[in-house]
Amino acid sequence: MNILSLFVLIPVLTCIGIVFTKNMKQTRLVSAIGMSIQLILAGLLVYLYLAERQAGNMAEMLFTYDALWFPTLNIHYTVGVDGISVAMIALTGIVVFAGIFASWKMEFLSREFFISLILLATGVFGFFISLDLFTMFLFYEIAVIPMYLLIGIWGSGPKEYSAMKLTLMLMGGSALLMVGLLGIYFYSAPDGGQLTWNLLEISKINIPIEMQRFLFPFTFIGFGILGALFPFHTWSPDGHASAPTAVSMLHAGVLMKLGGYGAFRVAIFLMPEAAQEQAWIFLILTSISVVYGAFGAIWQKDLKYINAYSSVSHCGLVLFAVLMMNQTAFNGAIIQMISHGLMTALFFALIGMIYGRTHTRMINEMGGLMKVMPFLGVVYVIAGLASLGLPGLSGFVAEMTIFFGAYQHTDTFHRILTIMATTSIVVTAVYILRVVGILLLGPIKNDHFLHLDDAKWYERLSTITLVVAIAAIGIAPLWLSDMINVSLAPIVNKISMAGFEFTSLF
Amino acid sequence: MRHELSLVAIALILLVTDLMLKPSQKPRIIPVAVVLFSIHTILGFLPACEGILFGGMFRATALIGMMKNVLNVGVLIILLQSYTWIMKEENRDKMSEYFILMFSTLIGMYFMISSGDFLMFYLGLETATIPMAALAAYTHHQTKSAEAGVKLILSSALSSGILLFGLSLIYGSTGSIYFSDVAQLYSNAPMQVLAFLFFFSGMAFKISLVPFHLWTADVYEGSPINVTSYFSVISKGAASFILVLILYKVFFQLVYVWQDLLYIISILTMVVGNLFALRQKNMKRFLAFSSIAQAGFILLGMIAGSQMGMTSVIYFVLVYIFSNLGAFGVVSAIEASTGKINMGDYDGLYHTNPKLSLLMMLAMFSLAGIPPVAGFFGKFFLFTSAASAGYYWLVFIAVLNATISLYYYLMVVKAMFINKTDTPIAKFRSDNMTRAGLILSGLGILVVGFWAQVYEFIFNLSVGLF
Repeated sequence: MNILSLFVLIPVLTCIGIVFTKNMKQTRLVSAIGMSIQLILAGLLVYLYLAERQAGNMAEMLFTYDALWFPTLNIHYTVGVDGISVAMIALTGIVVFAGIFASWKMEFLSREFFISLILLATGVFGFFISLDLFTMFLFYEIAVIPMYLLIGIWGSGPKEYSAMKLTLMLMGGSALLMVGLLGIYFYSAPDGGQLTWNLLEISKINIPIEMQRFLFPFTFIGFGILGALFPFHTWSPDGHASAPTAVSMLHAGVLMKLGGYGAFRVAIFLMPEAAQEQAWIFLILTSISVVYGAFGAIWQKDLKYINAYSSVSHCGLVLFAVLMMNQTAFNGAIIQMISHGLMTALFFALIGMIYGRTHTRMINEMGGLMKVMPFLGVVYVIAGLASLGLPGLSGFVAEMTIFFGAYQHTDTFHRILTIMATTSIVVTAVYILRVVGILLLGPIKNDHFLHLDDAKWYERLSTITLVVAIAAIGIAPLWLSDMINVSLAPIVNKISMAGFEFTSLF
Repeated sequence: MRHELSLVAIALILLVTDLMLKPSQKPRIIPVAVVLFSIHTILGFLPACEGILFGGMFRATALIGMMKNVLNVGVLIILLQSYTWIMKEENRDKMSEYFILMFSTLIGMYFMISSGDFLMFYLGLETATIPMAALAAYTHHQTKSAEAGVKLILSSALSSGILLFGLSLIYGSTGSIYFSDVAQLYSNAPMQVLAFLFFFSGMAFKISLVPFHLWTADVYEGSPINVTSYFSVISKGAASFILVLILYKVFFQLVYVWQDLLYIISILTMVVGNLFALRQKNMKRFLAFSSIAQAGFILLGMIAGSQMGMTSVIYFVLVYIFSNLGAFGVVSAIEASTGKINMGDYDGLYHTNPKLSLLMMLAMFSLAGIPPVAGFFGKFFLFTSAASAGYYWLVFIAVLNATISLYYYLMVVKAMFINKTDTPIAKFRSDNMTRAGLILSGLGILVVGFWAQVYEFIFNLSVGLF
């Protein structure tokens, strides 16, 4: 059994196990065991991966496994990982683990809830291990559809509207994606050989430039919608705000990363010429995402909306960095995905816990919570500081690398956009500190809040896991960026071979 | 010929058995019919005998045998699912007619698919249509059902007329009605194009493509639910099979004409079907319009004009049979037990009937083309064939339409899982036959997609066509 296939198999087995449970306690126990195994497996994968690289195995993808599925269309089940996907898998493992414990008290239809949640995770894991575009697309859609039920059944606020909006917009995205992927497939053998869905094989050939011009926008926007690309980001604030805690965590933390990862792995890697030609359009859009998301967050009063808009801004930064197309920026993009995944999951977990106690998410109705729930308060401050890019935490490393990479472009166009994007750091500081000030400090506004208790053991477990990961990246970013850098080499090579000079446009 | 002979034999056995049964024993006809038909279905999968009969009027190939098997599976599921309804008191004195009529239309479809000339094709088509009208009017004491029967027979007569006019032009311009002759003699002379257009319009009536779809919703709504499901999967599937066969074998010279034609018609069909389905509250009308939209997707496979296109059409019809029968099965089980047929009645169904709701959800996802269920694979392969001929924008429009259709399929899921009501449909238990039918379609939805051999098998059968 290939170790990567286990990442799909274990969640599926967990789901089957949950079907046979009798009550909520058993259900959450089975889920917790399943996802703990998954987390350990993710840790093991990181270890094995590093060991393999130490031993000098420099293959582009490791632990590969290939099985023919639909012979006539040459569809394979092909899995394999490089440093980037290992990092994403580790992130997913951590967030799903934390998500299970954050929904420890889910009483309404708990079996169905955990099954949908773990099914979503299956899709995400499957997406990150796939090397075959068909399988990748299959898992992508598997990850999207449980969201409808998760938000629609267990959500809050205008949940039905948000769930429908989110599902339809993401499925509209996959409509674009479908065209892009089919086009890539039918041009994967320009000299008349066997057509293929295999990512690595396609990367070795050059798709004709006229087709790239046509297919790149489809593929990039298709993934970009999931990565909250302006103006297709509107599903994100509503969806995140209505979703139950664990779902917001998983969705903002992991699912949105599918967009960034796909845009990078499929759109840019396979069609570098068109990417370089058209990057300027999307760079403008992502810069708008970054700045607009940050300003949007300032205006919000609902904690979840604040965090949802901040996600738009941070995920915009991922796409922004991906489009800069140099080694440093790519590196920053990957670290930003991981960093944002962890801290936004932490934020949503905390918001869920605070909401569970105060029964309100409006910041102006709360105040002085630090006094009654010091643990949650302190963790909230840590998450906030990571989000605004304080050195020593993951956010700083990510954003620093991105802006370094972006600034390597010497032309005016990139400079201006980079400077615009950097302003988001300041704006982020404004809304984070404002929330911390109103929410945690100051007088307690409501007597009812005096009797609230601090975090329970499962809540502590959930948050501490995430805090440790955030701090680990912040303090020792080098092992992560080393792991990523090796794997970036083939992608950067392919782009430099494309040899399109951006400045020639101006 | 084996399929036809054994089905005729079954119909005759049922007629004779029905004569010998006393009125109180009438329900025994049901297990007899179901068992015989199951045997017939299984026998159909034996290696097919190939060849031609009646001087080329009748052809049998492995591919055609496979098409008949696909239809058989669908009919078997429908028979199982109609148990509760057929056992009702009002149907007691006409039980065997239900089976005999259904089998006779199926025989007509067999001959239609197997036809080697336009005469046999037309005979098969009419043999299939007339008992179908009788089936639509099966519960003739209900005005709506009688109305459905009349509507069906009138619109079929009209469409047959148009089709026959096309056929007569074809004969007039080529001097032959044999497919093989016509294929060779056909060119793109204006009259021949016109003849083809008349022929195509007649077929478009049968598959209910826009703008020839107007009869569909009323007939579907008026007919008994199991007959409706027969119309929407079997009749539509058979008509799609013969259309794709004739387009590829007979009118291949006109490929540039019919590709443009299919392009426009498929977009119209998907869009109109979807827009009307959005507003439906009655489950039967809802499924009727959704099946119009699905027919638009089938055209995407045909447009490729290649082995891949043929395969994807047959494969999609197979998947569509399972998915749509899953949905119809649930609607029929609920209507038979409670008489409720509106989407609003489904509120909170999951809390009282979780298994039915899960099957309905799977069916809805499969119809919408969401993985991991079979519908995703079916749609994906249709889109792949369209893209293989370079129709990327058509694929894009189609997937957008699939997204629109997801909206109304999710409305059903929403009703069952999310909406709350004080008076949900009470918990009920279907009889074993109905359950078997539901389980069969559920299994199909889950298995057919992942099981790549099904697709490969059909692909290898389609090889002889080119």
